[in-house]
Amino acid sequence: MYTQGLDQKSNRSDVPPQQDDAAAVAAFQARVDAEEKIEAKDWMPDAYRRTLVRQISQHAHSEIIGMQPEANWLTRAPTLRRKSILLAKVQDEAGHGLYLYSAAETLGVTRDEMVTDLLSGKAKYSSIFNYPTLTWADIGAIGWLVDGAAIMNQIPLCRCSYGPYARAMVRVCKEESFHQRQGYEIMVELCRGSSEQKEMAQDALNRWWWPSLMMFGPSDQHSRHSAQSMAWKIKRFTNDELRQKFVDVTVPQAEFIGLKVPDADLSLDAETGHYRFGEIDWQEFMDVLAGNGPCNQLRMQTRRQAQDNGGWVRDAAQAYADKHATRVAA
Amino acid sequence: MTGKDWPLYEVFIRTKSGLSHRHAGSVHAADDEMALNHARDVYTRRNEGVSIWVVRSSNIVASDPAETDAFFEPAKDKIYRHPTFYEIPDGVENI
Amino acid sequence: MTNKEALLKYVLRLGDNALVLAQRLIELVAHGPELEEELANANFALDYLGQARMYYSYAGELEGNGRTEDDFAFLRPEREFCNVQLVELPNGHFGDVIVRSFLFDAFYLLQLESVEQCGDQRLAEIAARAVREIRYHQRYQSQWLIRLGDGTEESHRRIQTSIDDVWRYTGEMFAGDEVDVKFHAHYGGPDLDQLQTKWRAEIEAIVNVATIRLPVDAWMAEGGKKGIHTEHFGSLIAEMQTMQRSYAGLSW
Repeated sequence: MYTQGLDQKSNRSDVPPQQDDAAAVAAFQARVDAEEKIEAKDWMPDAYRRTLVRQISQHAHSEIIGMQPEANWLTRAPTLRRKSILLAKVQDEAGHGLYLYSAAETLGVTRDEMVTDLLSGKAKYSSIFNYPTLTWADIGAIGWLVDGAAIMNQIPLCRCSYGPYARAMVRVCKEESFHQRQGYEIMVELCRGSSEQKEMAQDALNRWWWPSLMMFGPSDQHSRHSAQSMAWKIKRFTNDELRQKFVDVTVPQAEFIGLKVPDADLSLDAETGHYRFGEIDWQEFMDVLAGNGPCNQLRMQTRRQAQDNGGWVRDAAQAYADKHATRVAA
Repeated sequence: MTGKDWPLYEVFIRTKSGLSHRHAGSVHAADDEMALNHARDVYTRRNEGVSIWVVRSSNIVASDPAETDAFFEPAKDKIYRHPTFYEIPDGVENI
Repeated sequence: MTNKEALLKYVLRLGDNALVLAQRLIELVAHGPELEEELANANFALDYLGQARMYYSYAGELEGNGRTEDDFAFLRPEREFCNVQLVELPNGHFGDVIVRSFLFDAFYLLQLESVEQCGDQRLAEIAARAVREIRYHQRYQSQWLIRLGDGTEESHRRIQTSIDDVWRYTGEMFAGDEVDVKFHAHYGGPDLDQLQTKWRAEIEAIVNVATIRLPVDAWMAEGGKKGIHTEHFGSLIAEMQTMQRSYAGLSW
């Protein structure tokens, strides 16, 4: 999940893009236009490859970092049923990160390089995971809103022009179909419960609503790579189109369980059938993306610690395999 | 050695007996046994398989996309290999 | 103690071992040494959780007082948990986790292989489901023990320390009490002396391949089965039960 429109910054602005042969570029574009899938070993423009590596690896990082806020409640889940469900969900996210790293690896970048870029702060991940999970209701809100937003983003990616990415997304979407539902179910249960529980649910919606809208990335007029990604059929809808769709389906879901969306400007436009909503705090979005959110530091520390603590384990397994291979060969 | 990935393996899963193995994805693993475990843990969490093959990605020999025309075009004009190529008079059955 | 009371206690012990180990493994989520290992760890935790739920549901039926799986997990005080101390030990590093699971699962697998033949049909059925899961755990853990033992100098040293440190918690699994005796005599449950002999032979075979050595038997900790736990256990229980304790009687 979680492909945010993070494409406003080029990954390697220091390296000049390679000049591709115009005829080859035209032939490539013709294949894309004809809805042919591009496969790993096919010729592709350098910029297309870079865009994909950037997007897919950010997507993978988001899955991996996204495990943390939910894992925060695994040990405290209120029932054994909820505990099992949440654990299965967080595990799926590890799996999805893995599928996505694999898809990016087909483009000639290694997992190690991608992880190194994440840990050095060079690569980004979705800003949503830099917010804390403070109560059990946050687990409901994440499933309902964050996974809901992610699904909007991801379903069109199943038709992405790059075959390995599209195939990974098909698997991800299939597996994630329960994620949003389990979140909404938590919210339903809270809203049917005590006044304390209902307050908990409303508080979670208040805190997660705007960050969820930010997940779709900058508005179209500020999204630099959007047009090119659309032409390459990596992207099928603009950030604003997807955001609008999300608001349109989510507001009635909130109303259904008696929750109030925290936006004074929210109103249904009877003519268009779409909701109008208030201005997003883009300064907050840019700040969190730049590392200045409530949990950025914690998320990275946790990730670095896991990577460091695992070093001797990875080395040991490799050393064992090398010894064993040598013995067989000898 | 720290900082290097374990080798990459491709994973093929037979979803039920009677079907052939199909490519499911890939995993990193230090050795073959680990690759099988990882494939099981990653790709059969939802009861998707009855049999798994793993193979080192570096051991796969693949055709070159640049030679796609030379490899596959020649088969395209052998239309007489397909049953629809032949005309059978109306009224003839079981053929 | 009647035979049925012994059966109930036996089932609760199985449930507590599974739940407490699951809770420990869950603490490791998002801290794994490699992505693929994250998925493996979560699979193990999910297996134990599922088993705990089956044991507790059955315990509720046996008891007949309407207690649910969640009542057993979240509303019993620390002193009523009767898991062995081995499974409640803090995680430590990856090697510590592997060793703890390896030693426990080697026992648990033998226990389940006996319980699936026992005279109580419902429990036998649960054990028959669990045994397949634990067989895979044991394969995985044995392989890792061998990799770490026969890997680098550092991993060899670490894993030897892991097994040395945890060894004193292994005796309790085989220290039978009235519950074990009754479950053996009346329901055909495991004979713990025989189990220990088999357990030792099996782990010794793997440990030898891993080029490490089994510690010398010395003083053994005991008490988990009677609700006497390590100091670590109180905070595990407090964390796990916090929601049900803070908000009594609500539905989630």
